[in-house]
Amino acid sequence: MAAGQLESGATASDRRRKLMDKFMTGVAYFFTFIAIAVLVWVIAYVIVRGISVWSPAFFSENTALFGDGGGIYNAMYGTFVIVLMAIAIGVPMGIMAGIYLAEFGDNRLGDFIRFIADTMAGIPSIAVGLFMYGLLILIMGWNAFAGACALAILMLPVVARTTEGIIRLVPGEIREASLALGLPQWKTMLRVVLPTAAGGIITGAFLAVARAAGETAPLIFTILGSNFFNSNPMEGAMAAVSLYVYQASSSPYQAVQEAGWGAALVLLLFVLGLNFIARAIAFTQKQN
Amino acid sequence: MERNKTKEQTSKEKATPKRESQTEQRQAGAPMEHTAQSMEVNGLNAYYGGFKAITDIGMKIAPNKVTALIGPSGCGKSTFIRTLNRMHEVARGGRVEGEVLLDGVDIYGKNVDPVQVRRKIGMVFQKPNPFPTMTIYDNVVAGLKLQKRHKKGELDDIVEASLRQSALWDEVKNKLNDSGMSLSGGQQQRLCIARTLAVEPEVILLDEPASALDPMSTMKIEDAMLELKKRYTIVIVTHNMQQASRASDYTGFFFIEDMGEPGQLWEFAETEKIFTRPERKETEDYVTGRFG
Amino acid sequence: MLSALASRFNLLKQFRQGNFGDAVFKILAYFFGLFLLFITLFIMYQLLFQGIPAIREFGIGFLWSTEFDPVQQQFGALQFIQGTLVTAFISMFLAAPIGIGIAAFLVEIAPERVNRVVGFLVEMLAAIPSVVYGLWGIFVLAPFLRTYVEPWLIPVVGWIPGFEGPFRGYSVFTASLVLTIMILPTVAAISRNVFQAVPRDQREAMLALGSTRWEMFSQAVLPYAKGGVIGALALALGRAAGETMAVTIIIGNARRVFTSVFDQGATIASVIAGNFTDASGGVYISSLFLLGFVLFILTLSINVAARLLIRATSTGPTNPTGGF
Repeated sequence: MAAGQLESGATASDRRRKLMDKFMTGVAYFFTFIAIAVLVWVIAYVIVRGISVWSPAFFSENTALFGDGGGIYNAMYGTFVIVLMAIAIGVPMGIMAGIYLAEFGDNRLGDFIRFIADTMAGIPSIAVGLFMYGLLILIMGWNAFAGACALAILMLPVVARTTEGIIRLVPGEIREASLALGLPQWKTMLRVVLPTAAGGIITGAFLAVARAAGETAPLIFTILGSNFFNSNPMEGAMAAVSLYVYQASSSPYQAVQEAGWGAALVLLLFVLGLNFIARAIAFTQKQN
Repeated sequence: MERNKTKEQTSKEKATPKRESQTEQRQAGAPMEHTAQSMEVNGLNAYYGGFKAITDIGMKIAPNKVTALIGPSGCGKSTFIRTLNRMHEVARGGRVEGEVLLDGVDIYGKNVDPVQVRRKIGMVFQKPNPFPTMTIYDNVVAGLKLQKRHKKGELDDIVEASLRQSALWDEVKNKLNDSGMSLSGGQQQRLCIARTLAVEPEVILLDEPASALDPMSTMKIEDAMLELKKRYTIVIVTHNMQQASRASDYTGFFFIEDMGEPGQLWEFAETEKIFTRPERKETEDYVTGRFG
Repeated sequence: MLSALASRFNLLKQFRQGNFGDAVFKILAYFFGLFLLFITLFIMYQLLFQGIPAIREFGIGFLWSTEFDPVQQQFGALQFIQGTLVTAFISMFLAAPIGIGIAAFLVEIAPERVNRVVGFLVEMLAAIPSVVYGLWGIFVLAPFLRTYVEPWLIPVVGWIPGFEGPFRGYSVFTASLVLTIMILPTVAAISRNVFQAVPRDQREAMLALGSTRWEMFSQAVLPYAKGGVIGALALALGRAAGETMAVTIIIGNARRVFTSVFDQGATIASVIAGNFTDASGGVYISSLFLLGFVLFILTLSINVAARLLIRATSTGPTNPTGGF
């Protein structure tokens, strides 16, 4: 009797349950497959369309939104300058905020600010763009600095929360040993805790930068976009790769759309590259 | 009524003397019917990935008896008991060699479904783990609801019988719709026992069921166990020597020779023998409290 | 006031002890911590402040007016609120089963190595910039839907109110699909964290009662993780509501109320991004700011609710990026 009952599908109800289990397992596989298939579809398509546009001229000419299209030289410069400035502004501020949360944030104010940081990470980037327009552009005119500020604000909560998490992981003994030697808190932080946590903080920063580099919405309100090369980040409209992709997407000219794919590939490789680097740093960090 | 009919049918089908005597022992009014079965373990090894946790275990588990497993921590008692209803393989890297027979059928056999194995061999865990989102009532019927549709009245009967057998009924009969988490730790553990009983298993495995509980709760669970063995085959892992000597009929002593070595079944015999005249020195040292 | 603050934070004591470094360190840390709070409030204030001319002009009626006429200088928000909510909810309802399915696959089915690789790939899905999704959506997905999906989809659902009419490439539906892809990683990643936080003994308890894996998941894991999963969905909803570039490119930016998801529409974010460069004149720009304020409040409240839910139900720190 027991022999039969230990086998599967002894009764109709068992068979039905078994079938349901198999079916739902299949569904889970299928959904995972869908996600990966879409990922491959998007990336492969961008690569195929983009690579056909790439040429030396594509990287050395300025953008054009009409006729035969152009290159993305000025846009790459713009993205580079804006992202660099955003890092310079956003990363140190984010790290300081993270230090605050980790070192002084174990109270109600800290909890509240932590909560704000988490919610801030979900604020639409377009709102930050509008904010910058109202704050700086209305006074200064179009400029890349305001765009960088907007991206920096978007990076802030990510860097802050990652930094906090990493600092909290630094073993208490390391800190205590340093404090016991008579080093004040700030020196302990600067010479002991931060170096120990550096790998993790850099990982977080890279991820935040990757996110910011792909952002487009805030740039519409700050750098406007331009078909000319502008080296001055403090004055005048500027081009950026992400912004150019947006503008190309609504262009009626076939050649401009093609250039858009080329720019999209540059953007995609840049952003995915930053993600890979962040992962690699996190991985080697874990190995140690 | 219907359940009684099934009972008659099944007992006719496999009318062995052992089971008939058991039928007589059934309490009147209890809507359950049970057929305790023996288990037999031969040459059993269990692994976690590359690590061999227990080696070459052989044991006969008698029906309607309590078999206690004792031994120092980390010697593989819990791993062993989890191989008895195929819970070991749920852990990452969990793997088993050898055979475990339930009434002569290898539960690791080719066509055997672990789901059916676990339905027949229930398990109560170290830490009480009622389902926190369910009421007391729903906790008890959680396993039953998986199998087939039951009538409400039928379920009510099973809930009462299961809670009575686990000695919890009087404490919870007026609050069956409260959350299972509203109970004390000891009550939660008895709720978990009731939940296991409700699916009418043949063997019940208890993995240190009282280790997280106070002495009063422990006593209650032991009392429940003495009642339960009339209907079930029971295997219990325990750290508590008094509990093993008081409540069990057979005792297996697990021992690990050296760190990193797999655990072994060092000695297995009637409880009385293990505690009064064990054959091996390590067993004696352990039961007399000289180590562990 | 200042001295009260100073004593509260032990500053005076540190100064007296000659420990200037630590006092400065503390002040700086507090400054940047509070800066997070300040900037959030400042963004909110700025959007509202710049929106004042529009408030003066249209009052609270701005919220339920469907006018959008730059020539007459008449502006309202209702059709954009409609667009935002419809696209966000469609994408959330589509992403929910898929994201939860992926999380279930990762936690309950996949072996460690597969888990890591698939987890990484899903994260990559989140890393792709919005604007690239937009480009792909309009030049690849929309034609694909028209060619392969529309012919059989329209006869099936075409009679249902809200799904009538011809299918356009630029449409609310296409935008919602792209949003689904974009918020999928959020749902999957947070659900995965929440499922992983479900204690092992809950799973074992259900398995030991003789459950199949699906029964274990649906009856022990999912009820336990319910709050966190709802939080993940709410977070994804907020993300979808605030998503700008992809939607702006795909949805068609028709500034009117739409009656079918196959029609064109606009969301708050898409109308701001799509019309900003054309906006001249005080009330027009101001109306866009006011729309921005509405969007800010909308996403902020969704996010606050989501965070509260996640915080109440999951253990361990929640990654603010929703990443793995």
